[in-house]
Amino acid sequence: MTTALEVEDVSKVFRLFRERPSSLKQRVLSGRMRAEDFWALRDIAFEVEEGSSLGLIGHNGSGKTTLLKCIAGILRPTSGVIRYRGRVAALLELGAGFHPELTGRENVYLNASFLGLSRKDTDRVYDDIVAFAELQDFMDNQVKFFSSGMLVRLGFAVAVHVEPDILLIDEVLAVGDEAFQAKCLDRVRSFQAEGRTIVLVTHALDTVREVCDRAVMLDHGRIHAIGLPDDVVREMRYVLLGGVDPGFVAEEGTREAEIAAVELIRASGAGEGPVLRDDPLTIQIDVRTNEPVDDLDVDFAVLDGATNHPVIEERTSTHGIVIGRFDGKKRVRFRIPSFPYTAGKYWVTVGLSSRATGHLFHVQTQRYLFEVIEVPRVQEHIEVVVEAEVEDL
Amino acid sequence: MGNSTPHYPVFLLSGLLVWNLFSVAVGNGTRSVIDNGNLVKKVAFPREILPLSVVGVALVDFVLQSAVLLVFILATSYGFHVEALVLYPLSFVTLVVFTTALTFWVSALNVRYRDVQHLIGLALLVWFWMTPIVYPGGIVQEKVMGSTAPWLWTVYLLNPLMPIISGFQRALYFYVSPDGIRVLPEGSVLWLAGVILAVLAFSLLLLLYTWRLFFRLSGDFAEEL
Repeated sequence: MTTALEVEDVSKVFRLFRERPSSLKQRVLSGRMRAEDFWALRDIAFEVEEGSSLGLIGHNGSGKTTLLKCIAGILRPTSGVIRYRGRVAALLELGAGFHPELTGRENVYLNASFLGLSRKDTDRVYDDIVAFAELQDFMDNQVKFFSSGMLVRLGFAVAVHVEPDILLIDEVLAVGDEAFQAKCLDRVRSFQAEGRTIVLVTHALDTVREVCDRAVMLDHGRIHAIGLPDDVVREMRYVLLGGVDPGFVAEEGTREAEIAAVELIRASGAGEGPVLRDDPLTIQIDVRTNEPVDDLDVDFAVLDGATNHPVIEERTSTHGIVIGRFDGKKRVRFRIPSFPYTAGKYWVTVGLSSRATGHLFHVQTQRYLFEVIEVPRVQEHIEVVVEAEVEDL
Repeated sequence: MGNSTPHYPVFLLSGLLVWNLFSVAVGNGTRSVIDNGNLVKKVAFPREILPLSVVGVALVDFVLQSAVLLVFILATSYGFHVEALVLYPLSFVTLVVFTTALTFWVSALNVRYRDVQHLIGLALLVWFWMTPIVYPGGIVQEKVMGSTAPWLWTVYLLNPLMPIISGFQRALYFYVSPDGIRVLPEGSVLWLAGVILAVLAFSLLLLLYTWRLFFRLSGDFAEEL
């Protein structure tokens, strides 16, 4: 695999002036300027493989958009180098690169030329762009009359039709309706299938988990976490919820015994999909040993995704199960006959440890996720005591 | 003035066209980057296109206006001075280089200091009257050289636009009118060509400097706007 995008120790400093001279007059009249440095990005380094997708997440003001603008070449990093291969198309903001006074048609050509497409090339893809944006009837109107959803559709349509090698997307898709978002995600997937590279900035953490191969979490301009989307998103949720940050530990343990596979089996027997409230749920853990283990204890915890508090914690030892010395594979099932908690997302943590010493063999912290939904049900008829009385007034 | 300057429209237009190109490019150039702020902030593209496009627009104006001048020259059945016509391309190239250099400079500077556009407006006004466009330079020379401070003429010549405009006027207008009135400043074609070449050399250095300055500052355009 070759590297499509390489970000090497990039830092970006914004100078915050207390009394910023914005005219020559002030500059001449005031003596020295007092300025404070604000590090929007600090020593950011990562690589994106060709054909892979990277999700950039972080709270507001963490530097995501600054980083994307540096990659797009709009901002120049204070230090560090950004290298990339091929054509880069950036979808940064609503209506970016559109001129409000020009018609939709003219703006398509303008926008395409910014992205490096000649007039002839644009002629070729023009109809596809319009069809994708579903704006056939509006192309001869000035874009200042367009709604924000129409602008995003047109912008996205142009960006994906210029066939960029690297597509940078900032939180713009959130504006479109669900059907268009689904269409965009479809297009993003076909992009991935064509082996193009995508960098996606979003607050929609589930999109990152669905679409991206890797994720980077920024915090105050630094890389806080980098790795698989599941791990990074989990870390992001920790930080967002303001809980005590346990540090970014995806997995730990000495691995004499390993978690080989975990499956959350729904009532239907499927391993995926939502869990209905009060439905049964089985957590099935496959264990594999790398060397003989004497006294294995398998445990799991279900954590409420909204608060990160454990709602269920169980281990085999408390059920009186003794797993003797063994070398090979074993399957452990925890059956919850009826999952009682309300609708929402729940994380599952799975661990293997030693009964006697508590030594950790392998822990996967909040690696697995399931969603509980509530389906309105017809109320069962039960006896309700009703009292009746009449009084004079 | 009409009396002392025969074929005044030809004289006026040959200088005014040059001035128009210069002042339109520099005047609009100051606002070229900030007027396109929404593009600069959101789209990556070579920023130098913005001032260059302003110069391009001014050039189109220049060509159209030149057609008007040509009509005047033909209408007044006034012939070119073939030996001086060589000054035309030389002056033109110098004009474009000098104008481009200044446009780069003011467009980049105005992003940082927004009052540059007002200062430039004032400066252009003064500059216009410092340059022999509506009045004949030859008369200035005559008056100054005959005064007690002939060195003022040298100061007058330091204006880079002065040789450029004189070059255009020399090529399209005449040096000495049939009535013996000297409209343009004294000096041979060769001498004037030498001065214009010096201005060209200066303009190229200036362009190199302002081009670099523009590229240095353009990295910060997106955050300054």
